[in-house]
Amino acid sequence: MRKSAGTLEARKASPLLVSLSAVFLGIIAGSIFIIFIGKNPFDGFEKILFGALSSRRRIGNTLGMSTQLILIGLSVAFAFKTGLFNIGASGQMLVGGITGSILAYYLPMDMPRVVYLPIIIIAAAAAGGFWGFISGLLKAKFNVHEVVSTIMLNWIAYWMVYDFIPRFIIDPTISVKSKPIPLEHTLRAEWLRNITGFSTLNYGFFIAIAMAVIVWFILKKTTLGFSLKSVGSNRFCAEYAGINVSGSIMVSMAIAGALSGLAGLTYYCGYSEIMEMGKMPNEGFDGIAVALLGNCSPLGVFFSAIFFGILKMGRGSLAATGIPTEIADTIIATVIYFTATNVLLSAFWNERFRQSFEKKEEAASAAMKANGDARSISELSRKEFESLSKAGRHLPKEGR
Amino acid sequence: MEYVIEMIGIRKEFPGIVANDDITLQVREGEIHAILGENGAGKSTLMSILFGLYHADRGTIRIRGREVSIKNPNDAFTLGIGMVHQHFQLVHNFTVSENIILGKEGGFVYDIRKASERIKAISERYGLSIEPDMVIEDITVGMQQRVEILKMLYRDADILIFDEPTAVLTPQEIDELMQIMRNLAAEGKSIILITHKLEEIKAVADRCTIIRRGKLIGVVDVKEATPAEMAAMMVGRPVSFKVEKAPAAIGEPILEIRNLSVMSARHVLGVKDFSLSVHRGEIVGIAGVDGNGQSELIEAITGLRRVESGSILFKGQDIAGISIRKRNELGMGHIPEDRQKRGLILGASLSDNMVIKEFYKEGFSHYGILDYPRIQDYAEEIIEKFDVRSGEGADSLAGKLSGGNQQKAIIGREIESNPDLLIAVQPTRGLDVGAIEFIHSQLVKERDNGKAVLLVSFELDEIFNLSDRIAVINAGRLIDVVDTDDTDVNAVGLMMAGIKATGGDA
Repeated sequence: MRKSAGTLEARKASPLLVSLSAVFLGIIAGSIFIIFIGKNPFDGFEKILFGALSSRRRIGNTLGMSTQLILIGLSVAFAFKTGLFNIGASGQMLVGGITGSILAYYLPMDMPRVVYLPIIIIAAAAAGGFWGFISGLLKAKFNVHEVVSTIMLNWIAYWMVYDFIPRFIIDPTISVKSKPIPLEHTLRAEWLRNITGFSTLNYGFFIAIAMAVIVWFILKKTTLGFSLKSVGSNRFCAEYAGINVSGSIMVSMAIAGALSGLAGLTYYCGYSEIMEMGKMPNEGFDGIAVALLGNCSPLGVFFSAIFFGILKMGRGSLAATGIPTEIADTIIATVIYFTATNVLLSAFWNERFRQSFEKKEEAASAAMKANGDARSISELSRKEFESLSKAGRHLPKEGR
Repeated sequence: MEYVIEMIGIRKEFPGIVANDDITLQVREGEIHAILGENGAGKSTLMSILFGLYHADRGTIRIRGREVSIKNPNDAFTLGIGMVHQHFQLVHNFTVSENIILGKEGGFVYDIRKASERIKAISERYGLSIEPDMVIEDITVGMQQRVEILKMLYRDADILIFDEPTAVLTPQEIDELMQIMRNLAAEGKSIILITHKLEEIKAVADRCTIIRRGKLIGVVDVKEATPAEMAAMMVGRPVSFKVEKAPAAIGEPILEIRNLSVMSARHVLGVKDFSLSVHRGEIVGIAGVDGNGQSELIEAITGLRRVESGSILFKGQDIAGISIRKRNELGMGHIPEDRQKRGLILGASLSDNMVIKEFYKEGFSHYGILDYPRIQDYAEEIIEKFDVRSGEGADSLAGKLSGGNQQKAIIGREIESNPDLLIAVQPTRGLDVGAIEFIHSQLVKERDNGKAVLLVSFELDEIFNLSDRIAVINAGRLIDVVDTDDTDVNAVGLMMAGIKATGGDA
């Protein structure tokens, strides 16, 4: 017997249900705000969807926006699953982005794309991975908490980029940002631009999907993922079992950093083609929300990133109705709030499921009594239980 | 006879397991009523129902003759039911008084002095000797437990539930607790004592309700029952307290520790110039009072702690500097002292836990990809062979198992990996008679199979029952190694205090 027999019990709230509830409550909260300012919430949501999805170009832009959110979400989720909290995604993004941008500027223009693209992808991942690895090293060797080190590394990256832009890739006409990268040296592709009406959608989206699959595979199927998760859940047991705890922490942070580094590449050399001085990318923090809403599963992260992408791209169209664009941010904030308090939501659903299960149980035992069936509820199969509870729904119940 | 508590026909199911199956419990006023059962028999579930943490699927509860419905612990408090949990629920940097009035401050501004006076009065009345102004982190575990008792008394509880109260206490503290329980009963409090330790029941209880695998087996008058009878009722068959074993067939040395010194966590030498060898086919027991260097010694052997000086030869190879994984691969098995901290990942499935040391080996994985069907089968094998009881088989989370079953799983994992040396540290701590018997027989079986077994235990009974030779450790030094047949508890007890039987000063 491989799987235990499906025991009869009340359903438990799944992470998906909890996340969908959070989204639902966020939308309700947004609606209430829209009503308060005297507008029609349906108009508002229609406009958001319109802004995000009403044309190929808009869909392309939404996916382009979601690309970095997927990668950052994966980065944070990967770290979470291995017991680490990566809030250094912004810095890792900057490092990955500046690496990609400098290479884009200096690599010869006549280089074939099949050679060029792997080079910048690997370089950006390596740079971000190195940035993450520093935090892992500090934690493994000197017990510096990764929250502290990643935040500090965010600022180191910020000032490094601030120095590197004028030093290497300045746009002489506007001296606070880098020179735009020529199209052939971005992740954008002619065919993608053609089918999506010159949107920001780029090869990064496919990198993100590939990474989601890879992260899923590493965590679920490999010995590497097994080690990393073991260290994340109980490092004392992992140490006892002979797993290299320090090494695992460094590898985890390096992988998380590499994912964020790729996000930086897609953001600065795909979604956009310039880097600005003195700007910390917000996406690094949005990624935490994406990971939370996606329950840290790669598939969940993918969909929650698209959801956030829709809100972020659709918000601009809100202004046309006189609804302030901040409403979209409010919805995002509310969703994050409800995701973070997911204990309340799952308790709510578990209670609902329990009550309905008890009702069914009463009905089933009434039906069995009527049939003269002397078995106890626990001996029934799920199917029998369902049919009996339906049959007994209208029978008189014995008092509990 | 008037019953204070009546729980009649209680049934409670959990996924895959009937924790309580038509159990009836009747407790008289002013008596100490023990509930005896193995780990996982359903004692804690029954008490959690009484305390409002779980709801019974069926059955009625009557308190002082009145039928009640207890929905949560607050209802239980209102009915005068208090519970002293196995794990204390105290705020460590608060004083005794602050902890006791927590939740009962009575308004925005509270009067700590008045509360302290009342606490002192209660403490004196029942002989608890607790000072209200002491901070929790500065007092002993035994005192912390008495604070928990005080908390109940302060809330006017007259039905007190003690959940395995002696698990964390020293022998002396246990005696004190027994006296306190007698005092409480004499003052008219009714006490329910959940335990699997027969001697405690014999010492303090009036009557005892015995449950096994969720079912009521019987209620006995403690004075009229022998420990052997109660043990048999609890386990379902006669229990031997004595371990049966053939004479040792000692082979070549497997582990040779030479002049080993190890630093403790407090940066002083925890193990000093320690030498000992363990051979195939023998169990060597390390006797000593807790904290005399046993942990440091074992951690040094298993690779969890750095060796300061000296050498550890394992099958002739010096392993002092090599990694834990290499030691495992060389054939070292280790049943760790703290099964929940070191032994298992509580949040992972049993199958993951069963291969935590070997998942990377060919057989459980190929080219870095895990072979889950194989892992699952392997885990099911261990579960079957070592009688690990869990709700959902190999898919159960390790944290959902009872302590005894967690330990059986760990022992199963270590023995199945077929080690040449099995190190067992406190392998039966907190377990019931049935599980202890099983684990002891497994250790003896390993020895009979020609493996070397190194046992650390703070319980002399266990050391004497199992060991072929006894090494006594005191303050990190080896006092002496003696053959079990040539010594007795007194001599070893003296050595544990640092006095060598032959008269020499160690």
